[in-house]
Amino acid sequence: MTIRRTRPLANEENKNMSALIELQNISLKAAELVEEGRVHKSLYSDPAIFEEELDLVFNNTWVFVGHESEVPEAGSFKTAYIGRQPVILSRDRKMNLHVLQNRCRHRGATVCEARKGKTKAFTCPYHGWGYGLDGSLRALPKPEEYAGVFDTSEMPLESLRVETYQGMVFATFKNDIEPLEDFLGAARKWIDLFMKQGGGYPVKVLGEHRFNFPGNWKIQLENTTDAYHFPIVHKSFVTSLDEATADIFDFLDGEGFVEDLGNGHSAMVMIPQLVDLEADLDQPIPPRFEALAQELRDEGRPEDEVRKLVRAAHGTGFNLNLFPNVSCSMAFFRVLRPVSVGETEIQHVALGGEGAPAPFNRKRMRLHEHFQGPMGFGTPDDGEAWERVQKGSMAGTDGWILVNRGMNNLHDSADGNVAGAVCSETGMRGAYRQYKKLMAAGQEK
Amino acid sequence: MRSNTQLLAQVTEFIGYEADLLDHKGYQEWLSLWTEEGLYIVPADLKATDYLNTLNLALDDADMRRMRVARLENGESVSALSVGDTVRMMSRVRILEAGDEVVIARCAMTLNELRHGKLVSYPANVEYILRRVGDGFRMEQKVVKLLHADGFLRTVSFIF
Repeated sequence: MTIRRTRPLANEENKNMSALIELQNISLKAAELVEEGRVHKSLYSDPAIFEEELDLVFNNTWVFVGHESEVPEAGSFKTAYIGRQPVILSRDRKMNLHVLQNRCRHRGATVCEARKGKTKAFTCPYHGWGYGLDGSLRALPKPEEYAGVFDTSEMPLESLRVETYQGMVFATFKNDIEPLEDFLGAARKWIDLFMKQGGGYPVKVLGEHRFNFPGNWKIQLENTTDAYHFPIVHKSFVTSLDEATADIFDFLDGEGFVEDLGNGHSAMVMIPQLVDLEADLDQPIPPRFEALAQELRDEGRPEDEVRKLVRAAHGTGFNLNLFPNVSCSMAFFRVLRPVSVGETEIQHVALGGEGAPAPFNRKRMRLHEHFQGPMGFGTPDDGEAWERVQKGSMAGTDGWILVNRGMNNLHDSADGNVAGAVCSETGMRGAYRQYKKLMAAGQEK
Repeated sequence: MRSNTQLLAQVTEFIGYEADLLDHKGYQEWLSLWTEEGLYIVPADLKATDYLNTLNLALDDADMRRMRVARLENGESVSALSVGDTVRMMSRVRILEAGDEVVIARCAMTLNELRHGKLVSYPANVEYILRRVGDGFRMEQKVVKLLHADGFLRTVSFIF
């Protein structure tokens, strides 16, 4: 019998065959509940499926944990989660990055509760075990009682595999999956484009909004590649814009598209003229950015830099959805975390330029506040729609969620990938295909 | 401690009036309580002092306040339509500075919101910079420091 679980059962003593088979069936069931073009509504609300997702999706692939600018110096750290597991992203004295399980090797307490900061060590508050920035166990009170029991070199904070691309830091528990760059694959081109919005300066995290909603994480995963909802859900946001900007956001009849990038990733281009922020710098400055342009000129910035910064201030005209937990969404990172089957936490991470002119970063923050976060003009309406999906999906004993929009109207993208219209559900189908693959693989373990 | 009970009474009355307007959705009248340069701020980082150079949950100048109110009133926002009532309690009012032109005050607020049948509570410290205009005040700055600004909030479709 080759059944093997990566996650130990709650009660090791009762690890009998029937329990194993039951778990096996849940992941198989979840995979079967995903069809090309529709997914079963129970994927939003079945707690057993959720438990399997933590193991087979979040503990089993590359997960975004932060941006390098959040840990800029030796000793910098931030706390994060991979699924339900608390981790620490730290930078050691040699400037190497580490992702460590936030769990003391002695009795299991978290060794760090701060959101971010700078430190020389992580010290467990319970019995004082002290760990270095690389996770190594440096000191513990009264070590003599462990003489002959274990050596401190055997007890570092458990370390995860870490790789970065363009400053985005990903970690995984798996040593045998593909390198990050292969996992990102065709998405790398879009990350490169996304990182042009520093306006000639390295992209830097400026702060973040945090909110939660009573619904399943996949509802949020779908939303970042859903242009169809924009003019409906965000009508009040569009109304609040000047006419020229409102026109830009009227994109459903435009030349945009959704491209399936493989491995669950997709790019949704809403505003094609804003795909490359370093192109078309001779375009007139839109009224929305005239005040910023003037502020930059008043600082003595040359006109070409003013134009580059103003164009970057827009953010990109696309959402890049990276499976399973992060999106490079126009001007910010959207990071999701599954809390329970019916609760999801979301961070909207604001971005600017490291060393960029203060008026540029201020404008970026004001634009972020305008739409994003729990008090933005966009997010609360998204949250309302998602909450309704979770609630409504409970109606009936059987039912399906449709993700088949534009299924019969596909074309090849410039890069030879499958693409659909901007308001197609091509990106959702790509994400669910990857989900199905990971969940189905669970039964083979 | 010497206290100016008359000023305290005036400021308390103003704060109570503003709170009543917001709970009863008297948004247009609320807009008239501001100086043109006034800023309505809900920080995301409670340690921040330079709000303009920090990411906030909200930092509204006069334009953004007008747009925020329009969003709540024009019927286009699904979250604003489903918002229930709010009831806020303002207390512990203290005058921090009493100048000839400007009065700075701080108070405690507990805002309760009923949304989709669920009661959500928002405790906060609220700081006012009030400019004396005629017999009354206009808000030059209002900073709402939510106790859990740092945490994962529910979405907000009302004005603190």
